[in-house]
Amino acid sequence: MSKAVIQVENLSKAYQIGQIGTGTVSRDLERFFATKILGKDDPFLKIGETNDRSTKGKSDIVWSLKDINFKINQGDAVGIIGKNGAGKSTLLKLLSRVTGPTTGEIKVKGRIASLLEVGTGFHPELSGRENIYLNGAILGMRKKEITRKLDEIIDFSGVERYIDTPVKRYSSGMYVRLAFAVAAHLESEILIVDEVLAVGDAEFQKKCLGKMGDISKGEGRTVLFVSHNMAAVKNLCTKGIVLENGQLAFNGNIEECISKYLQGNSFSNELINARGRKGSGKVKFEKVSVFGNDETQNVVSGEKLNILFNLENNNGISNDRIRLDVRIEDDFGQRFSWVSSSLVSIENDLVPKSILIHYPRNNFNNGIYFATIFMTVDDEVSDFIENAFQIIVESGNFFSNGKIVPEKQSKILMDFDMIFS
Amino acid sequence: MRSTPETSDWDLVIKGHTSLFDLKFKDIWNYRDLLVMFVKRDFVSFYKQTILGPLWFFIQPIFTTIVFTFVFGNLAGISTDGLPQQLFYLTGITSWNYFSDCLTKTSTVFKDNASIFGKVYFPRLIMPLSIVVSNLVRFGVQLLLLLFMMLYFNFSPVKGSDFHITYAIVFFPFLVLLMALLGLGLGLIITAITTKYKDLTFLVTFGVQLLMYGTTVIYPLSAAPEKYKRIIELNPMTGIIEAFRYAFLGRGEFTFWSIGYSVIITLIVLLLGILIFNKTEKNFVDTI
Repeated sequence: MSKAVIQVENLSKAYQIGQIGTGTVSRDLERFFATKILGKDDPFLKIGETNDRSTKGKSDIVWSLKDINFKINQGDAVGIIGKNGAGKSTLLKLLSRVTGPTTGEIKVKGRIASLLEVGTGFHPELSGRENIYLNGAILGMRKKEITRKLDEIIDFSGVERYIDTPVKRYSSGMYVRLAFAVAAHLESEILIVDEVLAVGDAEFQKKCLGKMGDISKGEGRTVLFVSHNMAAVKNLCTKGIVLENGQLAFNGNIEECISKYLQGNSFSNELINARGRKGSGKVKFEKVSVFGNDETQNVVSGEKLNILFNLENNNGISNDRIRLDVRIEDDFGQRFSWVSSSLVSIENDLVPKSILIHYPRNNFNNGIYFATIFMTVDDEVSDFIENAFQIIVESGNFFSNGKIVPEKQSKILMDFDMIFS
Repeated sequence: MRSTPETSDWDLVIKGHTSLFDLKFKDIWNYRDLLVMFVKRDFVSFYKQTILGPLWFFIQPIFTTIVFTFVFGNLAGISTDGLPQQLFYLTGITSWNYFSDCLTKTSTVFKDNASIFGKVYFPRLIMPLSIVVSNLVRFGVQLLLLLFMMLYFNFSPVKGSDFHITYAIVFFPFLVLLMALLGLGLGLIITAITTKYKDLTFLVTFGVQLLMYGTTVIYPLSAAPEKYKRIIELNPMTGIIEAFRYAFLGRGEFTFWSIGYSVIITLIVLLLGILIFNKTEKNFVDTI
């Protein structure tokens, strides 16, 4: 049994939503009087609600995290997973001391370095070398440490040629490489990493993941990793923590965590509040359900895949004026599939309330895929949502012989014959 | 927190409510390299891609002195205690500038650094401290200008150019420290309050300008009308600037009472500033 290096006890964090500012002086005084003079609980924190984005709450206070308890042992690589708004970032912020908890405490053994963003504090006028020192110091390194590791950092970043050029002349890729290189060479016992790997080219992403693997496996340091990239989490982490609406939903080994997370994730999604959508909105996507062979089944490689859209069609627009496209990509943005109503002829004439897309055999290997959806009415964009929802595919018996093709071999599976002669 | 052997095992305990007087000075010491780095960054980024570079440090006090000499010296005819007008104004401007730079720059620390504070932890006090030290570089350069002017007036005496450096010059470093700490303390209080109530930001810019007229920058304390003299003396910067002028030019009301008063006010303001700043830094990311 190895030693605990992080112990979190009854950790909660409340946020005030809505307007902050006007009329708060009197509330501040009231709060001060209640908590400091009378020693009571904060009167404005009483109406606690769980943090569920989609329903409107009664009070201005939301608990972004509520009563979280867990322990992390030395050398563990822990993946923190959860949907957007589940409290992952808040947890990281508390652990990295960017903001303080409302109640509860975190006990830490050793030095924590957190990478909530790469290149924090980079100054555009300074050269690469100067920025290595500055950024390193911000992340808590001493000057001596940085000097000792300078060659290693420059080498890892691969921008040696430009190291004495101001970073404002760098391409964004070079900038990120340099920034990650500094962070990767921190000598802290605990490393906290947010989704910083979403940047840089594929080769560099691999290098980063490799480096992080070395840190946790080779050097025995503790790594906390937050990502939506389940493949990366699975590769890197041994343990996991699943957060749901600010509460700890599961804590255990990483496979169990991922399947727990996927379960809660694979059925239906409200789209009516989706952000970043474009279009006139004459017909809108309201809800999407993704399922396998039938509505209660998960999506499995080699089985059926169904995507059911519920539409908001208040203008009574008939189906001959509507066109629907669905594109499916992987987490690196590689496009794998595109289907469109323009590829088929639809005969019946009605005002649609829902559209079902049925794929008789799903060629995706296990993994997470993202769908972009696009709808036009009379050739004018009506609703367009990029990365609207995820499709989580579990590994299945694609070749009907019980053998499973590892995800790293291929993301797409195809029927084949092999003839020896 | 060393009450039980169990808790003393941990290097760090993050809690919602910490003691008001837990000021984490040890942490600040551990991050001293960062302070040096910030000072270097400020200095380098100031003159990079400018033609005149560090010369800009001279231009502002020179022009202010010229304008003050013209407006207050020649047009208004305000007394300069028998000192050459240029020297009189330049000593006032140099020291006042240091104080006001420390104050105005630290008063926006939370706002200016919200993005970096929101991403990574380091003792927040490092940032205002680095501002005070950066300004010291600028102050040093402006001081050279003052010394140069003194030399010039020494060798080409004009009418009434009767000035001399006094023994009080040994207190010079102490006076600088006092100005730095007073500016820092006030700045910390203001920046902490502005995270929630933004109104103060507007007050600071012209407040500092008005305060200059309430300090003996453009007139000597001896020339102040009797009924306002008490009020002007209440301003802790008055004692400091008078002492500064006495040290360099031999004129000004330098008493241990006035300096003692400034020291006490500075210490109170600084303590208050650090306490409020520390209280705010924990959660300001959520409100700014």
